[in-house]
Amino acid sequence: MVKFGDDISEDLHRQVFSFSNQLLRQSFNGINNVHPGYNSVLVTFDKNISCDPVLEKVQQFWSEFQEQKQEKYNTVEIPVLYGAKYGPDLERVCEYTGLSSGEVIKRHTAGNYLVYFIGFSPGFPYIGGMDETLATPRLDTPRKIVPLGSVAVANNQTGIYPIESPGGWNLIGRTPLPIFNINNPENSLVNIGDKLHFRSITQDEFDQMKGK
Amino acid sequence: MSIRVLRGGLQDTVQDLGRNEYAHLGISSSGAADAFSLRIANLLVGNPEDAAGIEVTLVGGKYKFTADAFISLSGSEFQADLNGVNFPFYKGKYVQKDEILTIGPTQDGARCYLAARGGIDVPDLLSAKTTHVVSGLGGYKGRSLQKKDAVSIGDLNKVTQVIDIKVKLDKKCDIIRINRGIQSKWFDDNSWNSFTDNTYSVSESSSRMGIRLSGDSIRSSRGHEIITEGIPLGAIQIPGGGQPIISFVEHQTTGGYPKIANVITSDLCKVGQLKPGDHIQFKSVSLEEAETLKFEQEAFIKSLKNNHA
Repeated sequence: MVKFGDDISEDLHRQVFSFSNQLLRQSFNGINNVHPGYNSVLVTFDKNISCDPVLEKVQQFWSEFQEQKQEKYNTVEIPVLYGAKYGPDLERVCEYTGLSSGEVIKRHTAGNYLVYFIGFSPGFPYIGGMDETLATPRLDTPRKIVPLGSVAVANNQTGIYPIESPGGWNLIGRTPLPIFNINNPENSLVNIGDKLHFRSITQDEFDQMKGK
Repeated sequence: MSIRVLRGGLQDTVQDLGRNEYAHLGISSSGAADAFSLRIANLLVGNPEDAAGIEVTLVGGKYKFTADAFISLSGSEFQADLNGVNFPFYKGKYVQKDEILTIGPTQDGARCYLAARGGIDVPDLLSAKTTHVVSGLGGYKGRSLQKKDAVSIGDLNKVTQVIDIKVKLDKKCDIIRINRGIQSKWFDDNSWNSFTDNTYSVSESSSRMGIRLSGDSIRSSRGHEIITEGIPLGAIQIPGGGQPIISFVEHQTTGGYPKIANVITSDLCKVGQLKPGDHIQFKSVSLEEAETLKFEQEAFIKSLKNNHA
């Protein structure tokens, strides 16, 4: 694991983003997977090779690594139907934060968000920039099934579930848009490095977008 | 040429050795839960070891062959018969058109593998045939096989000589060897000793994504949440409830629970054979020992390739 720092910041994100992208382009023999995180990049390797040469290669790559300037941030709008059956944990967030549901939605849609990395499950964006007053801890026991499109909060992070999967985040709403394209995953609606905005929509709008 | 499913098992999935290089898009490798056994099943029928086979979980189904085929079973021993006659494990066998293979409940661990000469053929998703069951991706329609499915047997042209197994395989999986995890320092000596001294039982809610264990709660003095980072296959996470979860083949690519330990590569196949109710104990080994065991396992598979039947 390559660590860039101990906290979450846009500066660390830029380093993680360009380090993992450069490493992926390099595709060393024997490297199986590259997992970018908030402030780290995990590199896993093939069972046929030993740890030391991989460590050496990654260390060499690290010392030669020059942070590349991010050229352009795409901006993507995510429509969300908040609360009710799509956001069963909105009440939990209200209880924990002491805010009304209207205020939680207002603060959630007001944020300027950044996709720090894609992780957890296929296409799941880790989104930073949420109003810290919305911070709510993960559920102690993760749910076995979280529906596709669920918009969620865990600590000071917010996220969107791109496919149905298990998960321990607080569900506050749902988007009708597919955010991940499995057949061509490099070409999805939401990608690492994107700027996001959430917009509150009604049930009618939700149904209309879903129907398309 | 295909295998028709007359009755699906509990969870029959098409599996190969996994879909690498997509973790940065949140896609974990998946692949056979007991890759060691799938590789052997393939070698028994002369396939390349990374060909796709069918992974059968706890209870198998009923499968009819639409043409003559050459097949093998490996992994845990399940009740199995071909048209009513016992079908052996760890042996390549010819089956004739319209014969029916019935795989019953396991008499051993969680999974067995069915390989057929030519490999199981499904469309590739991102260059692999493995089913990622939790996400409903890849394999045969992203799901377990059901009645009336027809799974094609391929026509791999790299088929080599068939092998024979001349040694008894060690299939015990009650001791799982581990290395210290990246957050092992979050746990004091008492917690670590309790983790390695106690026996854990495999919970009902275990899956290919994670093996959930129940036993003595493990507490971290620094809490149970970290800033989200990458998770490798076999990482043992300790969530707030204190009950360990072994991240398995369909694991999350990143996560926010501290990782106390990691199952060593050579013992991942044992994890694939754990079933609900099994009892296991963790044994800590050095990185050097883990690497030696990994290479020994690879050397063993290599040596099998010379055991021509």
